Amino acid sequence: MSGDAAAIVAAVEAVAERIQAERDHLTDLDSAIGDADHGGNMARGWAEAADAVADLDDPDAQTAVKTAGKTVLSEVGGAAGPLYGGSLVFASQELEGGITPETAVAFAETYLEKVQDRGDATVGDQTMVDALTPAVHTFKKSIETDDLSPLEALAKAVAAAEAGVQFTVPIRASKGRASYLGWRSVGHQDPGATSTLYIMEELLDTAADQLDSEVPDVDASSPTIPDAEAAEN
Amino acid sequence: MNMAMKKLINDSDDVVDEMLDGMTAAYPDMRRLPDTQVLVRDDAPVDGKVGVVSGGGSGHEPTHGGYIGDGMLDGAAAGDVFSSPTADEFEALLNETDSGEGVLAVIKNYEGDVMNFETAIEMVEMEGTDVATVVVNDDVAVEDSLYTSGRRGVCGTILVHKAAGAKAAAGADLDEVQRVAQKVVDNVGTMGMALTSCITPEKGEATFDLPEDEIELGIGIHGEPGTERTDVMSADEITEELTEGVLDDLDLDEGQEVVTIVNGMGGTPLMELFVVNRKLQELIGDHGLETWDAWVGDYMTSLDMEGASITVCAVDDELKELLAAPADTPGLTVQ
Repeated sequence: MSGDAAAIVAAVEAVAERIQAERDHLTDLDSAIGDADHGGNMARGWAEAADAVADLDDPDAQTAVKTAGKTVLSEVGGAAGPLYGGSLVFASQELEGGITPETAVAFAETYLEKVQDRGDATVGDQTMVDALTPAVHTFKKSIETDDLSPLEALAKAVAAAEAGVQFTVPIRASKGRASYLGWRSVGHQDPGATSTLYIMEELLDTAADQLDSEVPDVDASSPTIPDAEAAEN
Repeated sequence: MNMAMKKLINDSDDVVDEMLDGMTAAYPDMRRLPDTQVLVRDDAPVDGKVGVVSGGGSGHEPTHGGYIGDGMLDGAAAGDVFSSPTADEFEALLNETDSGEGVLAVIKNYEGDVMNFETAIEMVEMEGTDVATVVVNDDVAVEDSLYTSGRRGVCGTILVHKAAGAKAAAGADLDEVQRVAQKVVDNVGTMGMALTSCITPEKGEATFDLPEDEIELGIGIHGEPGTERTDVMSADEITEELTEGVLDDLDLDEGQEVVTIVNGMGGTPLMELFVVNRKLQELIGDHGLETWDAWVGDYMTSLDMEGASITVCAVDDELKELLAAPADTPGLTVQ
């Protein structure tokens, strides 16, 4: 197995463990605004995905990501299956040449684009897009403009995603299941943005592990972190 | 399952699986794709014909599998109770029903259904299958709900199945089949109400609390909230609330011909549905409209919920011809 593929297998395993550990927390977040199935469905789907990629015979990175995506798509179901899994399947085509800084940026952008299209959501709708958008934009800028190492870029992306999650708290949901609550959704942290952050944190930890490095210390400055304080006013 | 609840259910985890096997045992013209919850007509794909498919959560029987047959659906994917089928199930459905002429996917407007169908469509399109879609959103009661952005798709879907199925059976191409399906969507409205909550197999108890002396107007087909909870009213008063709600939304010209449906939610005796239909037809006349056809029955249910919905669809010569064309399915037969 290539080093890239081994990293993917390790990352999917780490995501599965993290989601399982946070299962009850995600369900609590979801029960406040939705139908309380996010934690259970995601935990089940990612556990299956970890098994599926571990069973692959000498995969390349693209195949490993695609397999994880297909499994999440069919095992998580609901809207989360297409959003998390379907987007992975689609974005996996960017990794045909393995994982480089360039293909990683292309992968992240395609993933974000797919999530936005499928969910018809943009920043400020109180969805996973609020975590994903600043993360992907930060990652791209860090690689392409700021010339940071991939690990530093990923660390900055995670910091941006974290700011995005906090941004979902004071705003009103206008897409997704919470949107029917209208103003009653204000004050709730979005479960989809939260699980997206967990996935990214595990990607960062796995990448650091694979590179035998420490997770770099970065600040969260980003061109596109939404401003939670401005949203409150 | 809560053992206190008496149901003809062995295990809530097996209920959809066992229902589907029971359906294929009852209807030899259907078969189930192995390792899926997808039913298709036995002779699918039908040579030279555009496929028409649908699907969604279970618990709405005869929707959707019950409309598989000549003149209506070529196949349908069944999700778990009140849950969307997954994308790989829709993918299997689309692949099995494409004869090379393309497939129309009739999607009810729920986020899970829309996203999983769309994902499946992208996948089969990469393999060269042509798919067109219509999204049914006929519920005039609420704009956003627990399961939707925008209006919900409910009983008007049956008319979409019928018109699209008839057009496909007549040999029309995919664009034409899609066009008539959209024509129904553009001209149909529905509003429902509940006397009692439904009981999902998983929970084994009422999905929502509805006191003995209250009813819920504008209810969705999963027991999701409606527009108003009121004291019990007479059948005529309820019929008036629903009918006025639908007609307000449709805003039809005097003399317009319509098809009406009084649809039972699963737990309401046919006797009561006819009582509703009697008043409905009086109101249609009061509005200067003309009923071309009146359907009464359980078309799109919500498990064992007591209640009903009223659907009105404006029809022109083209839709009349399609709705009157023969159909031979377990849920609807037109000769």
